[in-house]
Amino acid sequence: MTSHGLGHAFLSLLRRDLLLAVRNRGELVNPLLFYVIVATLFPLGVTSDPETLATMAAGVLWIAALLATLLSLDSLFRSDFDDGSLELIMLSPYPSTLLVLAKVVAHWMVTGLPLLLATPLLAVLMAVPDDARATLWLTLALGTPVLSLVGAIGVALTVGLRRGGALLSLLVLPLYVPVLIFGANAVAASAAGLPVTGQLYMLSALLVLALSLAPVAAAAALRISID
Amino acid sequence: MTQAHEAPAQRPAPESLLAAAGLTCFRGDRLLFRDLSLSVNAGQALEVRGPNGCGKTTLLRILCGLTLPEDGTIRWRGRVLRSHDPDYLRELRYIGHSDGVKLALSPRENLAIAVALDSGADEAELEAALACLDLADFMDVPCRTLSAGQRRRVGLARLTLGGARLWLLDEPFTALDRSGIEAVRALIEAHLDGDGCAVLTSHQPINLDAGRSASIDLAS
Repeated sequence: MTSHGLGHAFLSLLRRDLLLAVRNRGELVNPLLFYVIVATLFPLGVTSDPETLATMAAGVLWIAALLATLLSLDSLFRSDFDDGSLELIMLSPYPSTLLVLAKVVAHWMVTGLPLLLATPLLAVLMAVPDDARATLWLTLALGTPVLSLVGAIGVALTVGLRRGGALLSLLVLPLYVPVLIFGANAVAASAAGLPVTGQLYMLSALLVLALSLAPVAAAAALRISID
Repeated sequence: MTQAHEAPAQRPAPESLLAAAGLTCFRGDRLLFRDLSLSVNAGQALEVRGPNGCGKTTLLRILCGLTLPEDGTIRWRGRVLRSHDPDYLRELRYIGHSDGVKLALSPRENLAIAVALDSGADEAELEAALACLDLADFMDVPCRTLSAGQRRRVGLARLTLGGARLWLLDEPFTALDRSGIEAVRALIEAHLDGDGCAVLTSHQPINLDAGRSASIDLAS
């Protein structure tokens, strides 16, 4: 049976990136390892007093998740750029925007999803109050896809540069700040027994915005980078 | 006898598929070419010649739309191309300097994704394309374990799939051994026989039949 069409191209690219991640397991565990190490070092380095920990837990976990994503971003287009696969992707008759989205989805499944799965455990470790645990998980579930999507624009712009690492952080971190503020603030509010719907709506809005605009921007940036 | 010789001349004039006019390209401050025009007919291969650094690769990248020229237009079947023109890209196969081959994947997986991105093909067609380039015994081993020439063959295998009319080949013979070069030459000839057309660069003689190959020299 001949299978073709946009859906098939999207899924094939997604499957390829997941397959590559599984075959290069070292890269797969890096962001997760970073996240877990930062979260476990904090109680050791600062204090093991649960009350003090609880006040900063949300911020620490959010910052660790954000930096873990930032560290993993460079791999998003780097190998495709180096081995010429990116040209194949850009020369596909299907919209580059959606193919780029497939790559970002794969990136999130490889980096964001493991962070989400590890979060309940780390929340206990960091003494996050019971009421706030669900909120922490929910904000990360809404926020990490935004980090991957927005990050994709930065990587797409810097992939052609030899040392784009520092520039990438400078480009992307300011765009991450709103996500961090709303995410960490929602957990703090929830721990204090305040309503958090406002922050969650805001995060959802950021996700929808990033989902609709970031792939377009990233695809256009890639077109410039491979010129 | 004379009639037999004249028969080909009576065929309708070959259809001009790809035509470019007034192409100008700078790389940095350096002018690579100015006001370059070319035309490729169905069944014809255009060989781009010139010394290293004269812009052969850039010309091919311009023709497939990866690089924008400073000036000039490109027409496909008489229609001026837009950027990222899906109808054009569907009929185009571009082989660049890098193969786009993932070392962690097998040739079969590499070809499957390359094909999914443009035309789509079934499993049997994939296997036939790989077998045609002597990769039948290596379909399921990681490309990491293959030689440079075999990786090049994996990259070239997608040429025949999906029936593209235009092949843009940048140094297709790089890293290939004698039998590989012959196999690729046979593929190109079969492609031209089927009224396809090709633009290619090569530092090795291509030896296509006279009459079906034209050349353009960027140095002059």
